[in-house]
Amino acid sequence: MSTFIDLYNYWIFIFLMMVGFYIVISQGNLVKKIIGLNIFQTAVFLLYISMGKVKGGTAPIIMAGDVSYSNPLPHVLILTAIVVGVATTALAMALIIRIRKAYGTIEEQDIHEQDASL
Amino acid sequence: MISSHLPVLQVVLPLIAAPLCLLLRRSSLLWILSFAASLAAMIIAWLLLQQAGSSGVISYTIGGWAAPWGIEYRIDTLNAYVLLIVTSISTVVLLAAKKSIEQEIPQQHWPMFYSSYLLCLTGLLGITATGDAFNVFVFLEISSLSSYALISLGRDRRALTASYQYLVMGTIGATFILIGIGLLYMLTGTLNMHDLAQRLPAVAQSKTLLSAFAFLFVGISLKLALFPLHLWLPNAYTYSPSIVSAFLAGTATKVAVYVLLRFIFTVFGADYAFSVLPLTEILMLLAVAAIMFASISAIYQSNIKRLFAYSSVAQLGYIILGIGFLSVSGLTATLLHLFNHALMKAALFMALACVLYRQGDVMFSNVKGLGKTMPWTFMAIVLGGLSLVGVPLTVGFISKWYLVVAAIEQGHFVLVAIILFGSLLALVYVWRLVEQGYFHNSEEDHPRQEAPLSLLIPTWMLVLANIYLGIDTSLTIGAAEQAAQMLLGQAGGGSP
Amino acid sequence: MINIILLGFLAVVAIAVAMMRDLFAIVMLFGIYSLLTAGIFVSLDAVDVAFTEAAVGAGISTILILSTLALTSREEKQPTHSFLLPLLVVLVTGATLVYGTLDMPAFSDPEAPVHQHVAPHYLNQAEQETGVPNIVTAVLASYRSYDTMGEVTVIFTAGIAVLLLLSAFRHHEDEASNLNDLSHHPVLRYIARLMIPFILLFALYVQFHGDYGPGGGFQAGVIFAAGFILYGLVVGIDKTRQMFSESKLHWLMASGLLLYIGVGIVSLLLGGEFLNYNVFAADPLKGQHWGIFLVELGVGITVTATMISVFLAFSEVRRSE
Repeated sequence: MSTFIDLYNYWIFIFLMMVGFYIVISQGNLVKKIIGLNIFQTAVFLLYISMGKVKGGTAPIIMAGDVSYSNPLPHVLILTAIVVGVATTALAMALIIRIRKAYGTIEEQDIHEQDASL
Repeated sequence: MISSHLPVLQVVLPLIAAPLCLLLRRSSLLWILSFAASLAAMIIAWLLLQQAGSSGVISYTIGGWAAPWGIEYRIDTLNAYVLLIVTSISTVVLLAAKKSIEQEIPQQHWPMFYSSYLLCLTGLLGITATGDAFNVFVFLEISSLSSYALISLGRDRRALTASYQYLVMGTIGATFILIGIGLLYMLTGTLNMHDLAQRLPAVAQSKTLLSAFAFLFVGISLKLALFPLHLWLPNAYTYSPSIVSAFLAGTATKVAVYVLLRFIFTVFGADYAFSVLPLTEILMLLAVAAIMFASISAIYQSNIKRLFAYSSVAQLGYIILGIGFLSVSGLTATLLHLFNHALMKAALFMALACVLYRQGDVMFSNVKGLGKTMPWTFMAIVLGGLSLVGVPLTVGFISKWYLVVAAIEQGHFVLVAIILFGSLLALVYVWRLVEQGYFHNSEEDHPRQEAPLSLLIPTWMLVLANIYLGIDTSLTIGAAEQAAQMLLGQAGGGSP
Repeated sequence: MINIILLGFLAVVAIAVAMMRDLFAIVMLFGIYSLLTAGIFVSLDAVDVAFTEAAVGAGISTILILSTLALTSREEKQPTHSFLLPLLVVLVTGATLVYGTLDMPAFSDPEAPVHQHVAPHYLNQAEQETGVPNIVTAVLASYRSYDTMGEVTVIFTAGIAVLLLLSAFRHHEDEASNLNDLSHHPVLRYIARLMIPFILLFALYVQFHGDYGPGGGFQAGVIFAAGFILYGLVVGIDKTRQMFSESKLHWLMASGLLLYIGVGIVSLLLGGEFLNYNVFAADPLKGQHWGIFLVELGVGITVTATMISVFLAFSEVRRSE
């Protein structure tokens, strides 16, 4: 039981990651795949940030007095990772717009059919 | 003074050139700037290899913050050698780029094209030079995003879907790597690779560590296009602009192999990696599958770029096979083939750039009678192909020789047979090309029309390198052997 | 314990995204997912991250996906291929991760290795070494400043990539149509006009207050860009394009990144390592202050310019439809 209390956070993050990952690899709509990717990544961010939490801690902005702070390093890493994520999303959306212009569809299935008929 | 800053300048010089490309208005300057940046990076890589050879590990603390609090660049023979591969290929490819780009890319895109190219180079160099696990992820994404952009510039609309497919698979790979790094951090509190290496043995029994290893292995394998995670590669190489195919084929997967080596041997340690999982068997099985499956696929392609893309997947099989032996000769073969395969594929894709320049496409029908109409270009394809097969007096022979020696050392005679059979398959697809080029005549009577010299000379520089380094092997074998011994020396427990 | 409820919501939203077919609704749910995540980040003491996730995940990403949907199609087709293989892959991956959790330190355990090594140095020394009380800013802009330079490079790369992909649609200069602005909504226009100065002011605050509270160049850049984008919606895309010509935006995008690298090069010329701010002044703390100020400014400039470029690129595609 104590394992469950200690680890349930992690298990929910893993569940979220896997829902996102499942959307990416099972869906055929190009936009939805990218949303899945974002859900996957955001859940990984949660995993990182939860590592940094300290019981009774506060945000790592130094104040007077004897305070315990949460670990700032995962925060820094995830700030970077969020930006990388949005950069990837922007690029993917631009690609999807071009694919739609070129193929008239954003469904993987239809695109394969068009390419195969060449 | 400058010499002590070489590790960081290696990455920062091409990085500065990237935004400058956007500011330049004169298109002739663009090429000069990019070429100069890449050439400077190549010279630095050469100097670093010398330094690392004589003084061992070079550590550079960025921002003046000592590791593990700050980010450290850590150069030894292994990554100096990979830096040299990446910068040399990039420089020779850029030498040819001007003419090819003028034809394939609209002029309004030139500044951004060169900028993306340099960013991709920066990313690959950054991954290779760094000693910080999270920094690997950041530079990996720089190189990935810029390669998606570069690939999407191909003229065929399938370049767009190829780029999208690579984006999705590449991002999954990067996210797996991010999970792996996070778990390592969770176990140790550090991100510095050297520090990790010292702290991980204490938690060797942890289930979390095994999970971290699995995620890093799969994530890197995706970027490496290790069979069966190679699905993005054939399309990406086939539909991107010629110059981009040559550049990526010579560099991107090689850097991914380096990352795999670095994590297995330096961070986790070979003792851990090869005992906790049957890594030898896994690597050998995947390698054999890659060699067989991809070589056979290559035979059935009608697009020549696609043929060589599948051949790349097969060749990555040989590279991975060498790691599985866990011996000096096996790793030497891996590292040799890293360089040699980069030389072959860059040469071949550059020759295809020449074909595309004159013929407009690179289907089998385009090489009909090419031995007569474009004799020099076709000769380059044939010599590059022979190197791919592993004919003596080419670099391909040297790396296969080492691989066969490594297999015989451990009595893996089945693997010897598979390596030879793979070469036979390569001979089949190269022969198909030779037949088309020399023994079939084109339907229409094309006059002799060779590719322009600015494309042909860099192509032949690479072809001649394939032959020269196949005869005078002291340079490559020296560095490869030294790096292999260093990797296995670490495996024995000592740290540099 | 509020986390349990928030996490439960997250799981429900994620499943709904997986099940639904209406892409518009999915994007809205995704925005909610991001906002909920930002809420959890706050409860985990990661205020800077929460700020960024709300601005980027819920804001920028959602807007980008929505504008893509407006240009493509709203309904997703029923996928026809088998779900078994993806399910198997996901189950194996998930099982590997769950296996990994079995030896993880308990959640929020102060004895966990992450709180014993490296981080204590930041918490105990960073304020003395950098003069910045917000440790996240100290690590981001000084100890791991090189990562942040990489981050700016990533933004720059993505900006270039979007421009490369969408620039083909930029040939309708003379057509004066304003499909996607607020010119037909006088009330909205008035309110928007009123808000813009405050948004820009807030952005300035976020830019220069990052040392003491949550904020910094990246968040400020996003808010700045939001202000100008709103301006774009009020006065029309053409007027905004006149204000930010393509070459001006290129120049700004490049100059932010160049400023960041330049700080590194100058520190190198002054005899320090790349990005070692201590050499900028006789007093290392003053040097750190200048270094952090300049690199954050670089981040802000590149982020603002890139966001505006991307916004204009997306709106010009819509007009060429």
